[in-house]
Amino acid sequence: MLSIENLHVNVGDKPILKGVNLQIKPGEVHAIMGPNGAGKSTLSHVLSGKAGYNVTEGSVTYAAENLLDMDPEIRARKGVFLAFQYPVEIPGVSNIYLLKAALNSIRKYQGLDEVDAMDFLAMVKDKVKLLQIDEKFLYRAVNEGFSGGEKKRNEILQAAILEPKLCILDETDSGLDIDALKIVADGVNSLRSAERSFLMITHYQRLLDYVIPDYVHVLAHGQIVKSGGPELALELEAKGYQWVEEQAA
Amino acid sequence: MSSSTEEITNLISQEYKQGFVTELEVETFPPGLDEEVITKLSKIKNEPDFMLEYRLKAFRHWQTMKEPDWAQLNIDPIDYQAISYYSAPKKDSDKPQSLDEIDPELLETYKKLGIPLDEQERLAGVAVDAVFDSVSVATTFKGKLNEAGVIFCPISEALQEYPELVKQYLGTVVPETDNFFASLNAAVFTDGSFVYIPKGVRCPMELSTYFRINAANTGQFERTLIIADENSHVSYLEGCTAPMRDENQLHAAVVELIVMENAEIKYSTVQNWYPGDENGIGGIYNFVTKRAECRGDNSKVSWTQVETGSAITWKYPSCVLLGDNSVGEFYSVALTNNYQQADTGTKMIHIGKNTSSTIISKGISAGKAQNTYRGLVKVGKNAVNARNYTQCDSLLVGDKCGAHTFPYIEVKQPTAQVEHEATTSKISEDQLFFCQQRGLSAEDAVSMIVNGFCKEVFKELPMEFAVEAQALLGISLEGSVG
Repeated sequence: MLSIENLHVNVGDKPILKGVNLQIKPGEVHAIMGPNGAGKSTLSHVLSGKAGYNVTEGSVTYAAENLLDMDPEIRARKGVFLAFQYPVEIPGVSNIYLLKAALNSIRKYQGLDEVDAMDFLAMVKDKVKLLQIDEKFLYRAVNEGFSGGEKKRNEILQAAILEPKLCILDETDSGLDIDALKIVADGVNSLRSAERSFLMITHYQRLLDYVIPDYVHVLAHGQIVKSGGPELALELEAKGYQWVEEQAA
Repeated sequence: MSSSTEEITNLISQEYKQGFVTELEVETFPPGLDEEVITKLSKIKNEPDFMLEYRLKAFRHWQTMKEPDWAQLNIDPIDYQAISYYSAPKKDSDKPQSLDEIDPELLETYKKLGIPLDEQERLAGVAVDAVFDSVSVATTFKGKLNEAGVIFCPISEALQEYPELVKQYLGTVVPETDNFFASLNAAVFTDGSFVYIPKGVRCPMELSTYFRINAANTGQFERTLIIADENSHVSYLEGCTAPMRDENQLHAAVVELIVMENAEIKYSTVQNWYPGDENGIGGIYNFVTKRAECRGDNSKVSWTQVETGSAITWKYPSCVLLGDNSVGEFYSVALTNNYQQADTGTKMIHIGKNTSSTIISKGISAGKAQNTYRGLVKVGKNAVNARNYTQCDSLLVGDKCGAHTFPYIEVKQPTAQVEHEATTSKISEDQLFFCQQRGLSAEDAVSMIVNGFCKEVFKELPMEFAVEAQALLGISLEGSVG
């Protein structure tokens, strides 16, 4: 489903990613861990199409197409979803309005009928229950005045409604207390399926206690320096990133 | 970073969608303005003598005046002698009573604008008094309004049918000596609307007028006079579009609202005149004097405006709060794009006791446009417990536009409370990217963010007008919505 080959990315003149290789098959959950400044967020931004990154070498193939050629909204409509590390606020635009507009633009692109207001409401109410979100939340402006936990839950709610094929979670666990973390993790687990893949980017191991990945990769100095199963995360937690860097050196 | 800015620039540089010219036979005065022209104008319109005197008085005063230059606007000199001051469809001797009698080409014009009268007739609750150039050609829903005792007609007709009523109120809120453009209007206005709501009547429908500038090089000078007598209520909608033109077209309207005891007027405007092309060529010059006087106790007036058009907007809908406990409100969205300039705001003059006013102003600048909020809150020495709340927000789209705020506050009464809040923000690339990542196109994202910014004002508009206003913002920003 996703194939990253020898990906080199600069920000300005500065190389950030220096030859990343990663293969993700349908239904797999991959975790990318790494120290600050390793290029984790750069990877998520490049995959989702944010401006300001310069790919100098390598390729990214998604569902047999060149992902890097597509505008960000086309990637989204083809099923690439990014749960933001810092979800933005959009004053005056209600959450439910954004959700419906987003879902319908995706459905339209995919040649499906737009969902009418009643069906949409019923659908949203189901998902809201699942994520233990207050319904009032839907009518508030997007992320405006939301707590850190609410913002992250809101990202997962959006994923639940838009039903992406590839879900990139960028430090979704940061800033969450343990209760909020559990709720978010339950939400993520409920979205797991044989067709849907996940790329979870995290600095800490604790999210992986609740969302057990199939593979763990360590990103350091712009490269994946070590890959393994879930046990790698535990090892990292015990030994620290210093250990990986020493191994890689 | 630069690619997003470029995207925004592309989005906002779409062509004006409502530009087209209707070919109608037009009787037009040769350019120029003197007492003879005014006399001829008054005669053509078969006006009572007092109107001609009023016009001449205004004209004589106007000749002593200079154009105001205090606004944050760059205006090319206007040659008032190069303008024609009257233009009318030829067949105005027998005014059509139904749509069948109306020139099909005119109906087509309305259809292009998306406001077909035949559909609007069926729209429950909205009466349309359509002004095409200078002479009104269609008035609908008269019967129902007649039953309620409401007078809603072109002001030229009111001068024939109700001259005493017009004489009693015309120029009492905006005198013929008020300002340069108001004096010019008083001298040469050709038509507009007249509304009288009798005591105790709640107007059974929203009153709506669509203005449209059409004939080339013809200044438009509308005059609107609305009187809400004691314990009455009316909601009035005004909306405008214009065909594409190269030369600048002058527009100087005057609107007077008179609100008696316990009465309320809600006046909503959507203004979408041709703003000029992307290089700032052409476009309407819009110099408007709008003022409401809350004469009675417990009276209320509410101005809501959505301004997306015109090359130049100079407009300050104001409230004079004379009656005790009277209330003035001003809700405004002003969007400027390309080389558009807007200097707009309000004046709240507190004279009576316990008067209160609210100002919510949303300015959006895109392209190379300049957008200025200018507002005056004045509390007189007898206005015990007067209150004002002002919120003034500016949104910048791109990095070549400007937003300016000039709040003036004059308070002569120690118990008064005046609050002013102001913010300036930009559509961030993060917001845009977030929306795109959720599947929205960049243009839909900009439109959604701008509409969100304006929500507090849109919720004051009547429902169908709010929808139109949102669509208009979309058109003005990217040309594909609506």
